[in-house]
Amino acid sequence: MRFWKNKSCFRWLCGVFTGIIFLGIGAACGQFNVIWKKAVMICMECIGIG
Amino acid sequence: MKNLRLKVQLLYTILTNGYIYGFLSGKIYRGKMKYACVPGLNCYSCPGAIASCPIGALQALLNQQGYQIPFAALGFFFLFGSLLGRFVCGWLCPFGLVQDLLHKIPVFRKRKRLPLHSVLKYGKYLVLLLLVCVGSFFLFGGYAKVPAFCKYLCPSGTFFGAIPLLASNEMLRSQAGGLFIWKLGILLFIVFLSVKVYRPFCQYLCPLGAIYGWFNRFSLVQIHWEKEHCVSCMACEKACPVSLSVEEISCSPECIRCGKCVEACPQHCLHFAKTKKK
Repeated sequence: MRFWKNKSCFRWLCGVFTGIIFLGIGAACGQFNVIWKKAVMICMECIGIG
Repeated sequence: MKNLRLKVQLLYTILTNGYIYGFLSGKIYRGKMKYACVPGLNCYSCPGAIASCPIGALQALLNQQGYQIPFAALGFFFLFGSLLGRFVCGWLCPFGLVQDLLHKIPVFRKRKRLPLHSVLKYGKYLVLLLLVCVGSFFLFGGYAKVPAFCKYLCPSGTFFGAIPLLASNEMLRSQAGGLFIWKLGILLFIVFLSVKVYRPFCQYLCPLGAIYGWFNRFSLVQIHWEKEHCVSCMACEKACPVSLSVEEISCSPECIRCGKCVEACPQHCLHFAKTKKK
């Protein structure tokens, strides 16, 4: 019970949980493919050419 | 603590940029690890990078056709932020390490902050809003949207991505023009400023620091202050590289959890802890 009364403890756990949910939604929407496709090509903007 | 932090920073930078073949061939790693993001600002076009940059990932998702919420990038921010907060900046970020090393160069009288710090510190939120979010949503280069922060500002991309790639790839070198000169100018300005001022990019411009700063108040990793044992000697405030008061340490979005206050406290009333104790 003391664990749940400690608000700080609850908040970081909520944050982690939200992160995992968001990662799951992102995976379901195919967003990791978008990240991967961008990351495996040389980013011309990043290196100041594009 | 100081040496431990430096060792962790070096080890992390080597591990996350350990694709040696990339540096030799002028090509980048194209494996499955790039589905994931690292916690720190680490350009995915660095020849050695084995994973993606979280700010680059956020912009890549915002650059897509149509408007959709970038859940995958937000997921990484919530996960890393809730666990570590700006501990990432102090202990893991490769560009933070570069600035730390530059600040050790024994020239100039060192400063913790720039004049007008109280205004300039909001610069990172402006960069996050205008370049990373609005810029990536609405700025077009031809028919495609562009990652505005990477294109016009990111000195980490120039340092870890552009310089090694252009040094080892003749074809890319021949294409470098005005934009590269602009980005090189920004990098040189940050480098010069880092010798004088402690981590100017992290304090005033880094959008990733702005995001993780929001999590600082409740992240798992905290610096706990035992107020009842404090003798108000101010040793922690003098040691803090970003000039925070003892009440602000840990809670402030500016605290990068470097641990210099913990090291300086003669009463040992500051220490790393998991969440805040009541």
